[in-house]
Amino acid sequence: LSSVYLCLSSGVPENARPLSLSGHVGFDSLPDQLVNKSTSQGFCFNILCIGETGIGKSTLMDTLFNTNFENFESSHFEPRVKLRAQTYDLQESNVRLKLTIVNTVGFGDQMNKQESYQHVVDYIDTQFESYLQEELKIKRSLHNYHDSRIHACLYFIAPSGHSLKSLDLVTMKKLDSKVNIIPVIAKADTISKSELHKFKIKIMSELVSNGVQIYQFPTDDETVSKINTAMNGHLPFAVVGSTEEVKIGNKMVKARQYPWGVVQVENENHCDFVKLREMLICVNMEDLREQTHTRHYELYRRCKLEEMGFRDTDPESKPVSLQETYEAKRQEFLQELQRREEEMRQTFVQRVKEKEAELKEAERELQGKFEQLKRLHMEEKSKLDEKRKSLEDEMSSFSKKKAAAELLQGQAFTANSNLKKDKDRKK
Amino acid sequence: MEEEREVELQVEEDSEAGRETEIPPPQLAEPGTQGIIRGRDLFGYVGIEAVLDQMRRKTMKAGFEFNIMVVGQSGLGKSTLVNTLFKSKVSRKSCTPSYEEKISRTVHLKSVSHIIEEKGVKMRLTVIDTPGFGDQINNENCWDPIVKYINEQYEKYLTEELHITRKRRIPDTRVHCCVYFLPATGHRLRPIDVEFMKRLGKIVSIVPVIAKADTLTMDERLDFKQRIRQDLQASGIRVYPQKEYDEDVEDRIRNDKIRENIPFAVVGTDKEHQVNGNKVLGRKTKWGIIEVENVAHCEFANLRDLLVRSHLQDLKDVTHYIHYETYRVRRLNESNASVSGLSALPLENGITEKYEAQSQL
Repeated sequence: LSSVYLCLSSGVPENARPLSLSGHVGFDSLPDQLVNKSTSQGFCFNILCIGETGIGKSTLMDTLFNTNFENFESSHFEPRVKLRAQTYDLQESNVRLKLTIVNTVGFGDQMNKQESYQHVVDYIDTQFESYLQEELKIKRSLHNYHDSRIHACLYFIAPSGHSLKSLDLVTMKKLDSKVNIIPVIAKADTISKSELHKFKIKIMSELVSNGVQIYQFPTDDETVSKINTAMNGHLPFAVVGSTEEVKIGNKMVKARQYPWGVVQVENENHCDFVKLREMLICVNMEDLREQTHTRHYELYRRCKLEEMGFRDTDPESKPVSLQETYEAKRQEFLQELQRREEEMRQTFVQRVKEKEAELKEAERELQGKFEQLKRLHMEEKSKLDEKRKSLEDEMSSFSKKKAAAELLQGQAFTANSNLKKDKDRKK
Repeated sequence: MEEEREVELQVEEDSEAGRETEIPPPQLAEPGTQGIIRGRDLFGYVGIEAVLDQMRRKTMKAGFEFNIMVVGQSGLGKSTLVNTLFKSKVSRKSCTPSYEEKISRTVHLKSVSHIIEEKGVKMRLTVIDTPGFGDQINNENCWDPIVKYINEQYEKYLTEELHITRKRRIPDTRVHCCVYFLPATGHRLRPIDVEFMKRLGKIVSIVPVIAKADTLTMDERLDFKQRIRQDLQASGIRVYPQKEYDEDVEDRIRNDKIRENIPFAVVGTDKEHQVNGNKVLGRKTKWGIIEVENVAHCEFANLRDLLVRSHLQDLKDVTHYIHYETYRVRRLNESNASVSGLSALPLENGITEKYEAQSQL
């Protein structure tokens, strides 16, 4: 919710005289006005949980927010790291929170983990990118924009008791300039107190010696500096998560039951869960959001825009004539566009030519075939005509012969009847 | 091939009635499953409420800014009113201007900033005065310097916002509220009033007030206000609180009450007198004491409540999300046209257009 970020003024500014009031004006209600507006709009908070499969990320989230998010166990055979984001609308008294939990799936499971961190970095960058795009749109609606940038990253460290894994170091180093990292030791009930102490020291010293900048709870505000400084010394928090309840005394508490005892999640002697909840939600949620917006996002934005070639000043540190830079860039861009268009046009023309040639070829072939067939047909026809002619000839000669034969027969008959008449007269 | 599915978020309807919330889905790097728990109450204590306190602390530490502009002819009591509003000598009243001073050709804008503090809340208050407005014989275009000033402040903010390396908190000098003083003629809006409010109503939130309202009786006041409201509606002038920006039903009810009462008839003073044993701010006349903070006498208290106690944050929000955005859209569209050679308005580093175009390539 950008409204909060943008209303803040820059502290005590120049050329403004302090003035004393002679009565009650009433603008002390301003923080309340602001808070009321934000309450009616609701808050956004996005947590990224990075950790190996089965390390307890989902359970911790369930425990932290006292609810049962839909989770399912992932397999250990994911070919690459994926990120699964789920969004929930939570409400406590009159505060509405739009919580997005992003879990890594398959982190640390592959044989070759060289690319593991890249997917996480890409996801975070994508969220920044979409915010940047919205911010740079001409017609934008930042007021209603659902902020999906990651505000806090909980990095789950496996409770080996020794030191950080190299995958952990590499991943955290890549992420420390992009997101607020809060390392936690997962499944802390497998480490004894003394081991835990040594483990924490080892982890912190490794982080420092590798230059990893994890999120420090802010100590500039007097109301919270004391508690934050104390908590900074307890990092990383050793947490235990559980949604099952066990009866202790006469209360039902969240705990894990073992044959040798019960680990109570909300007992500060047993684990640092309460500290994590305090720090993450009750005390510093707003600061996490602010840091994300004013530090990590600005850094991303600056890098991205510089990458694209925008500058505030030119190499001689003079304020660049904006028109010139813009013109130059635009020309470049237009030229590129034209070139590509030309290319495409050429390819297109080429293709068309080829197709045409093919079609012509086919046409010619067809024509040839047609001619041939016609010829054949003509030949057949003439043959048939000949045959008909000869047949007709035969028929006419036959009918002539027949007529001749009939004539002969007639003559023979009359000759016979004359002879008979002669015979009768002689008698 | 994997398909990307988008997360769809449901909006709770009952509490957000009347407001358009389009929430673009968060982008996923990989296909994900979506789970939505709607308004579920948590099973135990989590501590989300604490974020309100955190926010309150942070804003109090950083302080607030508020820029108010007063416009009206000289002698209408602008400076007195501002001083009464903020209970301190925020503006210096101009003493009777000498003959030479009165013949200034243009409207000058003077802005004075002060830091005031109340119960730990620090505010940087800037009052922008506009002496000379409406004072000349020919008042055509007397609003131009004012429009120019307001747009300059938007321009400053826009430039800073578009910088590559920008300040952590962009200094906000934009005019959040413009109080326009109407002389208590009792008749209607004058042409200068209509022209001014028409033009400025589009770029800033205007709050019209009837100045020196102690010259009107209650009936005259009611009639005057009604005629003004009619005139405003007939000319299509939108004053604060604008109907279109009401966010939900509650807002609308609250703002309707205000809209039925504007313009507020105010009286300003910084002198105190004794009334019934109490010290009150008032103007003493031969026929009685006009108590400024008495709602039966004048509507100063209503104005103060509107501007300071209840709607100050809203004024800033409307300026930022609506007026500034309108300016920004116009400006960025202009600069796109300008590069094709149409106008000579160079803009910032040309980020927006190039960015949009590149992302489409």
